[in-house]
Amino acid sequence: MTQTQTLNPSKATTGREVVLEIRGLDVDYGFGPDAVRAVSGADLTLHRGEVLGLAGESGSGKSTLAYALTRLLRAPGVITGGEVLFHSRPQGADAGPVETVDILAADAKELGRMRWSELAVVFQSAMHALNPVARIDAQLTDVLKAHRRHMSPAERRERAVELLRMVGISADRLRSYPHELSGGMRQRVMIAMSLALEPQVVIMDEPTTALDVVTQREILEELMLLRERLGFAVVFITHDLSLLLELADSIAVMYAGRIVERASAAELFRAPRHPYSLGLKGSFPSLHGERVRMEGIPGAPPSLKSMPSGCAFHPRCKFAVDRCKVDLPPLATPAMDRIDGLPDVSAPTPTQRVSSCWLHDGQQAAPDALALPFPTPVHLPDQVATAPNGDTASGADRVPSSTTVTHPTLGSTS
Amino acid sequence: MRALLRRLWFYLVAAFAAITLNFFIPRMVPGSALQNFLAKMNTASLTPSQLQALEAQYGGGHQGLVAQYLTYLGNLFHGNLGMSTSLSTPVSTVLGNDLPWTIGLVGSATVIAFLVGTLIGVLAGWRRSGLLDSLLPAATFFQAVPYFILASLLMLTLGFYGGMFPTGGAYDTGRFATVTPGWNGPFMANVIDHAALPAATVALASIAGWIIGMRNMMITTMDEDYVLVAAAKGLPRWRVVAVAARNALLPSISNFALSISLVVTGSIVTEIVFNYAGVGREIFNAAQAADYPVMQGILLVVTFTVLGANLLADIVYVALDPRARKVA
Amino acid sequence: MSPVLRPRRRSGGSGSRPRWLRSPKVAAGSLILLFFVLLAVFGPMAAPHSPEWQASTLDNVPHPPSSQFWLGTDVQQHDLFSQLLAGGRDTLLIAFVGGLVATALSVVVGVSAGFLGGKADEVLSILTNIFLALPGLLILMVVMKMMPDGDTGNPLLIGAVIALSAWAWGARVLRAQTLALRNQDYVDSARVVGEGRVRIILFEILPNLLPILASSFIFTVIYGIGAYASLAWLGLINPTNASWGTMLNTAQQFSATTSGTWWWYGPPALCIAFVGIALALLNFGIDEIVNPRMRSTRRGLRSKGPRFQLGLTPVVRAEEGTRP
Repeated sequence: MTQTQTLNPSKATTGREVVLEIRGLDVDYGFGPDAVRAVSGADLTLHRGEVLGLAGESGSGKSTLAYALTRLLRAPGVITGGEVLFHSRPQGADAGPVETVDILAADAKELGRMRWSELAVVFQSAMHALNPVARIDAQLTDVLKAHRRHMSPAERRERAVELLRMVGISADRLRSYPHELSGGMRQRVMIAMSLALEPQVVIMDEPTTALDVVTQREILEELMLLRERLGFAVVFITHDLSLLLELADSIAVMYAGRIVERASAAELFRAPRHPYSLGLKGSFPSLHGERVRMEGIPGAPPSLKSMPSGCAFHPRCKFAVDRCKVDLPPLATPAMDRIDGLPDVSAPTPTQRVSSCWLHDGQQAAPDALALPFPTPVHLPDQVATAPNGDTASGADRVPSSTTVTHPTLGSTS
Repeated sequence: MRALLRRLWFYLVAAFAAITLNFFIPRMVPGSALQNFLAKMNTASLTPSQLQALEAQYGGGHQGLVAQYLTYLGNLFHGNLGMSTSLSTPVSTVLGNDLPWTIGLVGSATVIAFLVGTLIGVLAGWRRSGLLDSLLPAATFFQAVPYFILASLLMLTLGFYGGMFPTGGAYDTGRFATVTPGWNGPFMANVIDHAALPAATVALASIAGWIIGMRNMMITTMDEDYVLVAAAKGLPRWRVVAVAARNALLPSISNFALSISLVVTGSIVTEIVFNYAGVGREIFNAAQAADYPVMQGILLVVTFTVLGANLLADIVYVALDPRARKVA
Repeated sequence: MSPVLRPRRRSGGSGSRPRWLRSPKVAAGSLILLFFVLLAVFGPMAAPHSPEWQASTLDNVPHPPSSQFWLGTDVQQHDLFSQLLAGGRDTLLIAFVGGLVATALSVVVGVSAGFLGGKADEVLSILTNIFLALPGLLILMVVMKMMPDGDTGNPLLIGAVIALSAWAWGARVLRAQTLALRNQDYVDSARVVGEGRVRIILFEILPNLLPILASSFIFTVIYGIGAYASLAWLGLINPTNASWGTMLNTAQQFSATTSGTWWWYGPPALCIAFVGIALALLNFGIDEIVNPRMRSTRRGLRSKGPRFQLGLTPVVRAEEGTRP
């Protein structure tokens, strides 16, 4: 297979060309009078080779959004509006004509062709995502059989071996069944499977949540190496914001079905603008041992059936003002970031950061915690560690690990 | 293989339990078993040797319970199920003639019902809102009605009034029969013709169970991620259905054990309705004549047949589920 | 829908029917069943004649239904309508007794096997599987034949014997469900808090088993009706006990099916079939209420809702969706 992507991860070159564009995506559960809105007007842009993080508590709509944009969302999910455009570039071509696929208008045949070959998915639990009664090689080669008609059985097998080797599994595992592999190995197989056709975008739905911390680290590290080598873009869904701060180039934070803040990882890490992002960040320990009080967000996310009026976050927001209860704040550039002193061109800011909060409409001074300046003069660490968070059972016993992912972005700016 | 050996142990225990139960059933009934039998036996032509055999089998008072049990086990071990009091032939001979018919009938009907029912269930589960779903309550009709009524219904409509199929027997007999029993074409065709209605009864009665079970398992399985993955991978539609169906099939096979004994007893009743040459007619005749050795022999043989069918299902399950192979 | 199911006045409105009655299957099943229960209770009293009453001892031609004998007569000039009215009581009583005893047995065996685990589970599971493999109806045939005539007329005894051959199905299902429940958090926490086993089983586990219990009870009752009717039809039940099965037995003895006397065998067969269907509908409906996912989605036929297909999330633009 030809390898065309440069190994240079510099955002200046890889971050500009758009590969996936989501405009005003609305997703409902149910239809007619019983319908509830699960995702409202989501806008997202994924650039070629970029890692886009999608963060939020469970029920925030992050997975719904990700599955809807692939049209894999299960019943009773219905897409009720918006646009999803996939700008596909023929494999191996660095430049050249870009073919745009309107995913929401595509039929089953078109989706069947482009899904996996251009847009692959890694599911949360490989335990459940691998067919328990089929051998690994069968599950790796069936996708080749469906998409690469010209390949001979021997070639398919060879490719399967190559894929397994890529994720660090020896070829003698080809004839294994999923239950004979460890959890980490299964997730590796799943990743290998997603890369079988060298897709341009891989959507990862909490790919490591079900694994122990050491395996999680190893796999993420490998994943980032593979990404650099193969150059695919990643939509990484997780509730673990601290993980995203390490991995992602840009991050979208979702709450109650809406994107409430979108910014580069560095921006979100140094200077969150939305109270929810702040709270989510505060739910995890500070990355480099700053003495910040650990605090979760009081209360629970609202049910889709009874959304609060105005800003859905206002019942849990300690900064809420009267207006928050009435009007829905638009997703806009915070007033303080709107000044002409735009972030440095070299900073990883592919798009202008936006936040959906009345505190940033310029009518009043935002609270200090939400008004940290960015870029900051503070030294950015290139070594980061995660530590316990109370969010889910699987993450509860995470301990600081010595093996850390060195994030190219954070590393380059330090 | 080890998983199967482990299961084999269960079958040995079960077989032993069935044998023991068979021994105790006549002794659990109030009063002396032998006296009950003699009182009910409407034949005065019991020869002294027959009486002696009965005494040995049902305890004439000379032997203690343990000794009787051991004698019973010893006889059984030699394939001796006693003598039929009404036919004056060994029970094993009687059963040897009946059993092939019953197994042929139940076997073919069950295989047909399983295959067709599973197929319909897969389709009904895959296309939730399809026409098939609205047929489900109709299918339950066959499940809810006792076998003998369903059998009579088919016999009357398609057989007696419809005249499409013979209404009784396993093949043409008597003076006007044109077929000679044996492995020849006309006879086989005649046998199939006669088996059509009884087999249809058994198949119809059991098919609803397979359809509903498979449909529900398909719906459950389709919620699994690996089915969504199969769809996302761009596999052809039938491959995606196959992935779901293959996994949904496993519980269906293990449910086999839940229903097979009901199906077998049901088909025995069906045989009675159609006067079919199998075990059913034999047990009915034996009941009429109070031929206890035959009745008990049939009980034992049918239990063993059901256990055998279960063992077969277990083997198929282990062959189909790699996870079952591992469990030692 | 029916005068019997008038909505309660105090709540009023059509939407106030209890949830379980909103399923047409459950409603239809309960109605039919109610009818037959009333028939079983009051039928024998309402019958114009006793089951043994003969209109004449000279005539031996069965007469078709007439204004005098609503369902005609049989060869011995019994009033078939009276027999039909009297024949439901034993059948239903035996089936319900059988259902109750079998359900109780299956709870004891199944729940203890699932809850205790280990050796106890192994022994009880083997016992259950053995009973599953035993051909219940055949054993009943042999036992009934062996019993003294007087005992084959005792409904409670027959019910109990039927239960003995029917409890294993429920026990197996209950065991599996108990096993699943046992590992639930709330059961664990109850255990940690120090609640006793009996208390946990009674208050934490059993309530969650109710739908399965109901379904297993109904299943056993269907089985019981079939078993009792079959035994009576085979002539193994004391013929002086009038029941639908014994009616069919006499009809069979006189070759009623092949002589065209449909009024003789038809009504009792229909009664047995309808009770079975009513129970099956009830079971079906309960299943759908308990597992809403299994419900048939007829959306595609009734309304213009989107068609859901795996891996092809429907796209319905708001403009088209909100306006009918």
